[in-house]
Amino acid sequence: MSERNISITLKVWRQKDADSAGAFETYRMESVSTSSSFLEMLDLLNEQLIEEDKDPIAFDHDCREGICGMCSLVINGIPHGKNKLQTTCQLHMRSFRDGDTITIEPYRSKPFPVTRDLVVDRTPMDTIMQAGGYVTQRIGAAQDANALPISKELADKAMDAAACIGCGACVAVCPNASAMLFTSAKVSQLNMLPQGKPEKDRRALRMVGAMDAAGFGNCTNIGECEAACPKGISLDFIARMNRDYAVASVKQFLGMVGSV
Amino acid sequence: MNLDANIPEGPIEQKWTNAKFKYKLVNPANKRKYSVIVVGSGLAGAGAAATLGELGYNVKCFCYQDSPRRAHSIAAQGGINAAKNYQNDGDSIFRLFYDTVKGGDFRSREANVYRLAEVSNNIIDQCVAQGVPFAREYGGMLDNRSFGGAQVSRTFYARGQTGQQLLLGAYHSLSRQIGLGQVKMYNRHEMLDVVLIDGVAKGIITRNLVTGKIDRWAADAVVLATGGYSTVFFLSTNAAGCNVTAAWRAHRRGAGFANPCYTQIHPTCIPQEGEHQSKLTLMSESLRNDGRVWVPKSKDVAKKVRLGEMKPSDVAEEDRDYYLERKYPSFGNLAPRDISSRAAKEACDDGRGVAPTGFGVFLDFADAINRLGKHVIEERYGNLFDMYENITGVNAYEQPMQIYPAPHYTMGGLWVDYNLMTSIPGLFAAGECNFSDHGANRLGASALMQGLADGYFVVPYAVGNYLGSEVPIGKAGKIDINDPAFAEAEDAVRSKIDKMLSIKGHSSPRSIHIELGKIMINHCGMARDADGLKEAISMIRDLRQRFWKDLKLPGSSHELNIELERAGRVADHLEFAELMCYDALDRDESCGGHFRVEHQTEEGEATRDDENFSHVSVWEFKGLDQPPQKHAEPLVFDYVKPGVRSYK
Repeated sequence: MSERNISITLKVWRQKDADSAGAFETYRMESVSTSSSFLEMLDLLNEQLIEEDKDPIAFDHDCREGICGMCSLVINGIPHGKNKLQTTCQLHMRSFRDGDTITIEPYRSKPFPVTRDLVVDRTPMDTIMQAGGYVTQRIGAAQDANALPISKELADKAMDAAACIGCGACVAVCPNASAMLFTSAKVSQLNMLPQGKPEKDRRALRMVGAMDAAGFGNCTNIGECEAACPKGISLDFIARMNRDYAVASVKQFLGMVGSV
Repeated sequence: MNLDANIPEGPIEQKWTNAKFKYKLVNPANKRKYSVIVVGSGLAGAGAAATLGELGYNVKCFCYQDSPRRAHSIAAQGGINAAKNYQNDGDSIFRLFYDTVKGGDFRSREANVYRLAEVSNNIIDQCVAQGVPFAREYGGMLDNRSFGGAQVSRTFYARGQTGQQLLLGAYHSLSRQIGLGQVKMYNRHEMLDVVLIDGVAKGIITRNLVTGKIDRWAADAVVLATGGYSTVFFLSTNAAGCNVTAAWRAHRRGAGFANPCYTQIHPTCIPQEGEHQSKLTLMSESLRNDGRVWVPKSKDVAKKVRLGEMKPSDVAEEDRDYYLERKYPSFGNLAPRDISSRAAKEACDDGRGVAPTGFGVFLDFADAINRLGKHVIEERYGNLFDMYENITGVNAYEQPMQIYPAPHYTMGGLWVDYNLMTSIPGLFAAGECNFSDHGANRLGASALMQGLADGYFVVPYAVGNYLGSEVPIGKAGKIDINDPAFAEAEDAVRSKIDKMLSIKGHSSPRSIHIELGKIMINHCGMARDADGLKEAISMIRDLRQRFWKDLKLPGSSHELNIELERAGRVADHLEFAELMCYDALDRDESCGGHFRVEHQTEEGEATRDDENFSHVSVWEFKGLDQPPQKHAEPLVFDYVKPGVRSYK
């Protein structure tokens, strides 16, 4: 826990609102504790800006422990910064050196317009979920939980997919602004479990349809999304979703899937 | 203030069944004519909104985050309790009920707790049906683990991300209803007031956090599921945005606030490091299944460890004080949270703390790693060890973790009757936002249980009953937002915002929040006494005055203004904090998480005063700078006899 202080230069994207043009502004910060988190460093910068009668920098954050998925930021060109398997709020200043210049931008993807400064609008991800990211079942009408044995391997695999925090880093890092990693994690979690089987085809068709309609790009197997994902969601889920989607499309063509 | 708890007739195991049978129903074709507002989208809020939507009501749901999936329920790590007895270890609904009442130090309402235990099993069924990937055994059955304050294994979990998985389950159901048009979701909207027409809740006022627009929303019933108030301490395990505003606004409009002094200081959090810090991070209680808590026996050794002159592993076995195992041999490291936290404070106050600040104790896995192998510990807690290393830079497989108690959960909240209705008709409170189930101390893995119990299984029935019996179908959905009550509430909201922006002083909202936090943790934290609380009340008043004289806010009200949002929440905390201290001062006993140093045994255990304080303290707002008025709801124990709560 050895704590040091470093001095850094920040180049931060400032943009008044969705309709205004934005630009980088440069800020200097002296004696930043290396044990503070990246967002705490921004808190202190904002205190400094308020002191100087300037507008503080708007950024999204909430839980500050890497699980709510609210924080975003592209730090030195990488969503959530360079460290593997970390969200921005988990990134600490000990990952930087004295004298570093750090560039901070919002996610830059067409489906995620900038709301202000570093805040973007990620509601299209909710729209994808609303199209089919659920099991249709009535609350209160479930059978006993142990009446449906599920192998540990399958439950673990579903949990790997379910670990997605919906932060959108996969979209932000993708040159095509594809949401395939996100969508496939959700489709896979439910499609591989027995509870989700009855709606498997419908789910794949509807969620992929909603994803396309929201303006996300296609997947061209670059793999940046997996590298940037703070939860280590695997590209395999994209392959799995493509398979589910292909099967569902054939079945739809043959009239074997109900209304979608 | 009417404090009739409306507890149904009959023996305790029949009460909920009887209540549901007596509840008025709304016929399916009429449900869509009724509108319900749900504020908050955590387990209770998302659960209630999804269920009410599914039943056919016209639902609007609001959250301040950019998506309902971000609510702070998501951060719960360890698990959710249920009385399934899948382990065949003697669990039952009655035992879960008993453990919860005892764990709450006999300060909760029996009938509510029994219902919680009763529906706990339905929750697990429901979550599995939604596709929540709970941990399983090789045979395909659900796995369980142990949590503090219980001697059975009844905790269901999904790695260290149980809250996330349960919330996503609720979010899936909510998303389905949004897709179907049954629920309208309003993200990035903050509720700033409740609107009462003739004393009955009929709507809310919100601020659109992106545009700054103030809106009026009408409904036949309003459900608050807005969480707890631990951020009154500034540093807590809560998300940065958590706040007391919705509950406090309801209180100012007449809703009784119950037991605000009952706060839970969670024993296993990463210790504070510096002034820059914005939150404290919890390390799941499940770690205490295998980790051993200790400090050095002598102050000298502790000092050497603090200064880095001695490595923890070099402290000889006989020089270590495994104080939880020593003091509470039968529960050991799994002693309940309030007790474990106090024991840690005691050790550090004695000069035997090990963190650089002096406020930290060890949670040591060396024995477990020797016994089970590193891979087993990695499988059980890998993500928590990673999280610890992310924050502290320390590898806990090699050196013991350092932990210290931190404000976590708040048992107090809006007073509700058995039907989860506050003292304002038509206004319901669910989840952490209400006071009803955990008494003076909450057991681990019971918050998720209560959130989902309220959201899926209680609110939908209770709201239906209210609408069916109190809102005639001819009046359903006919509230007019041009009613003067809406105008008055909107004006109040606007004038508060304008006033804050017009001060143009020197103190940032964050700086005042930090000061408030220090007052609260020092005077109304783990140890409280009458003098300290009186001092705190006057300090809070001074700070509040300074806030309204010296606040500095950038920007305007017509834009995304993060500091304006923060200032509004701090302003409400500054009013609420005073009530919390009043309650702590008035409750002249120790119970659960409320520890008055004047009331302890020679060994430092809490001593309750059942003769004078076996009641719920319900406070009525009488105006700022006026002492609040106390009302009492007596607690009656027919099934669990209050005794000395022993974990020895």
